[in-house]
Amino acid sequence: MVVRAGAQHSPDIVIRSARLSYGGDVLFDQLDARFAGGRCACLLGPSGVGKSSLLRLIAGLAPPGAGGEVTGSDGAPIAGRVAWMGQTEPLMPWLSARGNVAIGARLRGERPYADAARRADEMLALVGLSGRERDRPAALSGGMRQRVALARTLFEARPVVLMDEPFSALDAITRLVLQEEAARLLARRTVVLVTHDPLEALRIGHVVHVMAGRPATLGPPLVPPGDPPRALDDPRVLALQGELLRHLTQAREAA
Amino acid sequence: MIALRALVTFAGLVVLWQALVMLTGMPHYLLPAPSRVAETLWARADILWEHARITVLEIALGLLLGVLSGAFCALVLMASRLARRWLLPVLIASQAIPTFAIAPLLVLWFGYGLLSKVVMSIIVIFFSVASAFYDGMRRTEPGWLDLARTMSASPWRTLWLVRVPAALPSLATGIRVAAVFAPIGAIIGEWVGASRGLGYLMLQSNARMQIDMLFAALLVLAVFGVALYATVDGLLRRLISWAPDAVPDDD
Repeated sequence: MVVRAGAQHSPDIVIRSARLSYGGDVLFDQLDARFAGGRCACLLGPSGVGKSSLLRLIAGLAPPGAGGEVTGSDGAPIAGRVAWMGQTEPLMPWLSARGNVAIGARLRGERPYADAARRADEMLALVGLSGRERDRPAALSGGMRQRVALARTLFEARPVVLMDEPFSALDAITRLVLQEEAARLLARRTVVLVTHDPLEALRIGHVVHVMAGRPATLGPPLVPPGDPPRALDDPRVLALQGELLRHLTQAREAA
Repeated sequence: MIALRALVTFAGLVVLWQALVMLTGMPHYLLPAPSRVAETLWARADILWEHARITVLEIALGLLLGVLSGAFCALVLMASRLARRWLLPVLIASQAIPTFAIAPLLVLWFGYGLLSKVVMSIIVIFFSVASAFYDGMRRTEPGWLDLARTMSASPWRTLWLVRVPAALPSLATGIRVAAVFAPIGAIIGEWVGASRGLGYLMLQSNARMQIDMLFAALLVLAVFGVALYATVDGLLRRLISWAPDAVPDDD
């Protein structure tokens, strides 16, 4: 089975002089950043520093301010090439798992729907939910719901994937399993993942940034050795976790 | 179980009522004993049925059209900024007018027949449906709207595929309230000007001191009201089965 966007070229995300204020507070100003194409960048930082806002900015859900822009390395805007995996309860309770995965096709008016439904079932199979296509979210566990959300993200077949704490509500073991699956299934796409969990960032990020300050800036890239998903008991990962936690504590004191 | 408990309470009240009438010797043209009401109910069932049929039809039509027009109005408000800015204030101000006050006008405009009562019912329930549905659509989970935007959805499809289904539980609340109030609209309409219907029958009975008949009509109306609510409630629950419906544990 081929995950379509994998073959497609995934652009870098280039942010130039972006400015975003929220309720009078300037979250960031003159922010420049670049996230490498086909790689997974993880954003860490204290609550309220503006991680989610940055993600919204990249997705085109918030304006980048006067003079700011968010483009791909090819110069075209990123908005419209993004699959979004939000923080809150991701699934629509009135739709079946299949309906949730294929909601994008219906929202864009793609016809015939039967094609979309078939492709939705393929994506559900990829995340290990064959046989649950007709179940409503209420009949699924928290982990399964996140799998459906992941299948929906894959269904969108977009080169850029933005994830806002997608696994934060899950128990530790389910989280570990899903991290690995996500890293495997989203390989070769440009992924930006916001998380509170340093270990999660170190396991599935090609590069990890700590966001801090007000207005916020993006800290220097921390590049863990090896390819994600990295093993839990990798001593290098554990050593970096200590370093990362120290960074985060400093970032919090600075805020 | 709930029905049984309601029945027990009801039976208790009837016994109390019968005792009150028997002990005080109150004349039947002021307060008839329940036994007398039951006799009337049985003996005059044909007349009651004749009038009840009309009222039931008025209520059903009023409820159906009121829900449809209320839901449509909410959709228009949601879809158009122009409507929100120009229509919403008028709509809210219109609710300050007591429905009783315009009932005679409606009879004047729409006649003594069915139409004026149906219009009355529509007016009584329209707002509760429209405001519940509109509120529900406005309170759609922001995450779903973000998702729709990143999926390049048109505003129209976002409304139809995300906001409307998300607001269905709220719409259901509005419809339940409407089911309770629709009979009030029809009865007010009949009081003001009618030649048939339970409201008309009650008014006539009152004027002729046939209070037992008035109570009998009232009982028919109450039974129908409860049946209507139970039907609407059951139907909505079945249709929107995905909505969480948690009853407190101690119930």
